[in-house]
Amino acid sequence: MSSHTIDDPKAEAKTYSLTLVVLLILTAITVGASYIQFGSMNVVIALTIATLKGSLVALFFMHLRHDKPVNAVIACGGFLFLGLFLLFTFLDVGTRVNLQPVNLKAPAATAPAPAAAPATAPAAPAAAPAKE
Amino acid sequence: MEQQFDTSKIGMWLFLATEVLTFGGLFLGFGLMQNRYPQEFVEAHEHLQRPLGTLNTVVLLVSSFTMVLAVLAARTNQPKKTVRYLLLTIACACIFLGVKYFEYSHKFEEGLLPGRFYSHHGDLLPGSHGYATFFAFYFMMTGLHGLHILAGIGLLSWIAVRAGRGEFSNAYYTPVDLVGLFWHLVDLIWIYLFPLYYLIT
Repeated sequence: MSSHTIDDPKAEAKTYSLTLVVLLILTAITVGASYIQFGSMNVVIALTIATLKGSLVALFFMHLRHDKPVNAVIACGGFLFLGLFLLFTFLDVGTRVNLQPVNLKAPAATAPAPAAAPATAPAAPAAAPAKE
Repeated sequence: MEQQFDTSKIGMWLFLATEVLTFGGLFLGFGLMQNRYPQEFVEAHEHLQRPLGTLNTVVLLVSSFTMVLAVLAARTNQPKKTVRYLLLTIACACIFLGVKYFEYSHKFEEGLLPGRFYSHHGDLLPGSHGYATFFAFYFMMTGLHGLHILAGIGLLSWIAVRAGRGEFSNAYYTPVDLVGLFWHLVDLIWIYLFPLYYLIT
């Protein structure tokens, strides 16, 4: 926004109206799609449409389209770091080996000391590396 | 003036980035718990009324539209129009909260509450912590979002009073613009809350 003057307020208002119409259509699509079973694709569809809608709001309603680039950099930075946060957490959780005691029955049973039997749960994590 | 406007705007965007991260943490927690209690979460989703969520989405989108028109009116020296659009935005915000109140009281009646307050009967997996966890996230996230709406109503009213006094013009409309940015962010967060809570099953 290098100048505070607006060339054509009517054209500007028209752009906003169009943005609203597109946002409402996208809302109708996402609600409609939620009633159809696409399996795991439902999440992808819903989040893709949400991202589209969010981008429209940011670009047109929040004026990022014509704004100074620094504001767009800050906005994208926020989402970038959020993305990293989500990505690495889900990578961690998604690739964890299941360490529930259920999986460790065999090593626990082979333990010779009968006195160790009640302490299955604390002993389980210790037995895990040996299994791998 | 120009520089002051740009600086204020950068400050606002920095604040909005922290808001994104605040809600992002909650979204992450929600995602992890959905991973852990998939069946319970799908079942709990069914308790949310999709038509009401859709209605609120439309109301917020319209309010974003009236907000951006208010900013445009302020920039083009039309104080009366600015006030009118701000009042419309406030009206939309009140409708949103009204629908939320209706939804919340419905959940209270059915015992769909967070943590140890959860007392709903007839679940498929009775005794699972998944249901109470879902509603803990539901009330935390929509509640925090609702607080933002309340704060927004306060800010919008303040701006409307000042616009009524004729304080804003093409030369100075920074507060209108910044409150507008805040309001659009509240809308943007709902754009993600809505599909995650109401649509994904």
